[in-house]
Amino acid sequence: MRLTLPSTLTALILALAAPAVAAGDGSLDVAAPFEIVSPDPTTSGSIFTRMSIAETLVEVGPDGALIPGLATGWEVSADGLLWRFAIREGVRFHDGTPLDAEAAANALRIALAKPGLLDRAGVTRIEAEGSAVVVRLAAPLSALPAFLAEYRAQILAPSSYGPDGMATAVIGTGPYRITSMEPPLTLNAEAFAGYWGAAPAIPKVSYSAVGRAETRALMAESGDSDFVYNLDPASVSRLSGSDDVTVLSAPIPRSLLLKVNAARPAMNTPEARRALSLAIDRVGLAQAVLRYPEGATQLFPPAVDGWHDAALPPLAYDPKEAKAILAGLGWAPGADGVLERDGARFALTLTTYPDRPELPLVAAVLEQQFRQIGVTLSIDSTNSSEIPARHASGALDLGLLARNFALVPDPIGTVMQDYAPTGDWGAMGWENADFVALAGAIARGEAAPGARAQAAAILQAELPVIPIAWYRQSLAVSKAVKGGMIDPWERTFGLPSIAWAE
Amino acid sequence: MPLLSRALQAVMVALIVGVATFLMMQSLPGDAAFRIAAGRYGYDNVNAGAAEAVRAELGLDGPLLGQLLRWMGDLARLDLGVSLISGQPVWGEIAHQLGASAELAAAALLLSLLIGPPLGIIAGLNPGGWFDRALLVVSTALKAAPQFLIGLALIVILAVELRWLPAAGYGEPQHFVLPALALALGLAAVSARIARNAAAEAAASAWWRFSEGKGLSRNRTLMRHGLRNLAVPLLTCVGLQFVTLVEGVVVIESIFGWPGIGHALVHAVFSRDVPMVQGAALTLGLSFVIVNAMIDLALRRVDPRGAA
Repeated sequence: MRLTLPSTLTALILALAAPAVAAGDGSLDVAAPFEIVSPDPTTSGSIFTRMSIAETLVEVGPDGALIPGLATGWEVSADGLLWRFAIREGVRFHDGTPLDAEAAANALRIALAKPGLLDRAGVTRIEAEGSAVVVRLAAPLSALPAFLAEYRAQILAPSSYGPDGMATAVIGTGPYRITSMEPPLTLNAEAFAGYWGAAPAIPKVSYSAVGRAETRALMAESGDSDFVYNLDPASVSRLSGSDDVTVLSAPIPRSLLLKVNAARPAMNTPEARRALSLAIDRVGLAQAVLRYPEGATQLFPPAVDGWHDAALPPLAYDPKEAKAILAGLGWAPGADGVLERDGARFALTLTTYPDRPELPLVAAVLEQQFRQIGVTLSIDSTNSSEIPARHASGALDLGLLARNFALVPDPIGTVMQDYAPTGDWGAMGWENADFVALAGAIARGEAAPGARAQAAAILQAELPVIPIAWYRQSLAVSKAVKGGMIDPWERTFGLPSIAWAE
Repeated sequence: MPLLSRALQAVMVALIVGVATFLMMQSLPGDAAFRIAAGRYGYDNVNAGAAEAVRAELGLDGPLLGQLLRWMGDLARLDLGVSLISGQPVWGEIAHQLGASAELAAAALLLSLLIGPPLGIIAGLNPGGWFDRALLVVSTALKAAPQFLIGLALIVILAVELRWLPAAGYGEPQHFVLPALALALGLAAVSARIARNAAAEAAASAWWRFSEGKGLSRNRTLMRHGLRNLAVPLLTCVGLQFVTLVEGVVVIESIFGWPGIGHALVHAVFSRDVPMVQGAALTLGLSFVIVNAMIDLALRRVDPRGAA
């Protein structure tokens, strides 16, 4: 036994470590939580748009304004039913074939046949006419260009799709072109020489799906990833002191909220829902769990232009008043302190999901805060799909969830889906004709100025959902690169504008 | 004869695993159509409309017995079907993932054999010495520590502090070291104990004293007579460790972002991807049979007395 084990191991590790130290292989490495499911835009399309591999007809500027993408411009007929998108000239797909109106219309027709986006926009036909794509609607929808900016409306080459319309390859038009993809965890891409816009500064990029937030933060810290998307609150604090990475953090149009089954007798009045809302110490919760300075004062975060109304009286924390309201509604504490009325206890099940690691923590805090006013919660942390499933079956009491108002970059897309009149991830057992009328007018583009704030005020007064916090997105960028940024619309990693630092 | 009985065993395992996973997946609470929709489209886009589309596409309302019989018929033709989430053939996905897991498991096993038995033998030849006592403490601690803790500790020390190795990832040789080491330390803790006890027993035996008595040095005794004796309990131990390895791979893969079968199995269960679950469980079950058969054959070579 001449070869002692420790020395062998050390030699082994050192031998293997050499290339790791020289990890600057010229590739910009991204780590994010999203797994690559398949090449189809409906499942993993957001990864392809974020990695600047696929593009959409319409893009979104940093301020949220819609700007030309693969379409150079768009116009709508007087009756609002016919939209014409002029397709950019000189654009090539990654296989070298040119983008024309027919290819774009083909991709959009395939997207229309899949549920959840264009069918909801009331699109009836999509055709190529000359160098334009013409979209016909059943009813006017002023936000249609925003729907075409969503990742599921990305334009892939006709040869990307199999006979059933599912994509089998990602042949996009973006500044990066996939060189290899191994679902579920990795993809590599390189700069596409035939790109119509400015060439990216870094020619090689890679994407790794890393589900655990702790691992992602460690990869940022150790220099294995140059761009780490979505940090957990604890890692933000730790990495902020690091010499090797910069932590970027920005508010995004996503809210943490409590979905309420307003058909339940205990919660079927705005007063009862206001009592629940008053029991929530939003600032304390945000600081302790999310490590944000503040909680939500209304449903829409400040970034959601027009829908956020700074003049709206903020949601308050006042457990005393909450108890008084509930007493006025006929609830009295039972032997164990839990409120009772007509023999029924104020006991609710809160459904949430661990995909976003902060949700179960927030649920635990809510359980304590509700207990203070005599409401008892049992927490069911399960699959995210249980919220829409229990919405459909009526079995839901409360759902704790994170909702993105910019899935379609115009918030009216989410609002129509969730509150006009109800929605899987929005109102339940609550219908408000005034709200539906306002939302409809906004969607058609016929609303008076201030209609959005008016609609937000209805939600604030009626509380079909109880807002808790506004999200911030956090990411870590290596100091080896410059030009990293956060897209508040969660559409792109902004890789083409990142360069190696000198 | 032994091969035939193993083959029969493999068929039984395939049937039992297939039926059991199918029944377990069906008896899980929650609506499969919603779970599959969540797996495909993510939580921002799962809703009743998407779930109904999935239900219609996959015919989830159809009779269960028919679904099970179809799977078994397909299996007889060596066809595991198509993933409900990605739409890709299950065989292709599993081949890819199993390869990644097997590489990791083999590296871990090799590393554990390089670490555990040599240290155990050194300790066993001097039972009660300081090294023996220290090894007892270290191996007990490593065996008791959960693998994710070992994994994170290794990342913090070797990747973040010393910067010797990448924290996570897949594709380069250096990506192997940390996950393999995290698995190997737990395995080595056990094989070191087995080797230590076997070595101590051997060193106290009559044949060992005879060998030393005829003039062989201690090292030569170990090499010429000892190792073969020690190999029998060690090989048995390796066979049993395969179960630990499969368990460990599930945890370690998700920490290190390793695209293996453990990772895939967990995700498939979450999103009710029945063909993937059946395929992955079947593959793991059959590999268990194969590993055991190989251990049997190896033991027969090392210790031919039983075969006569």
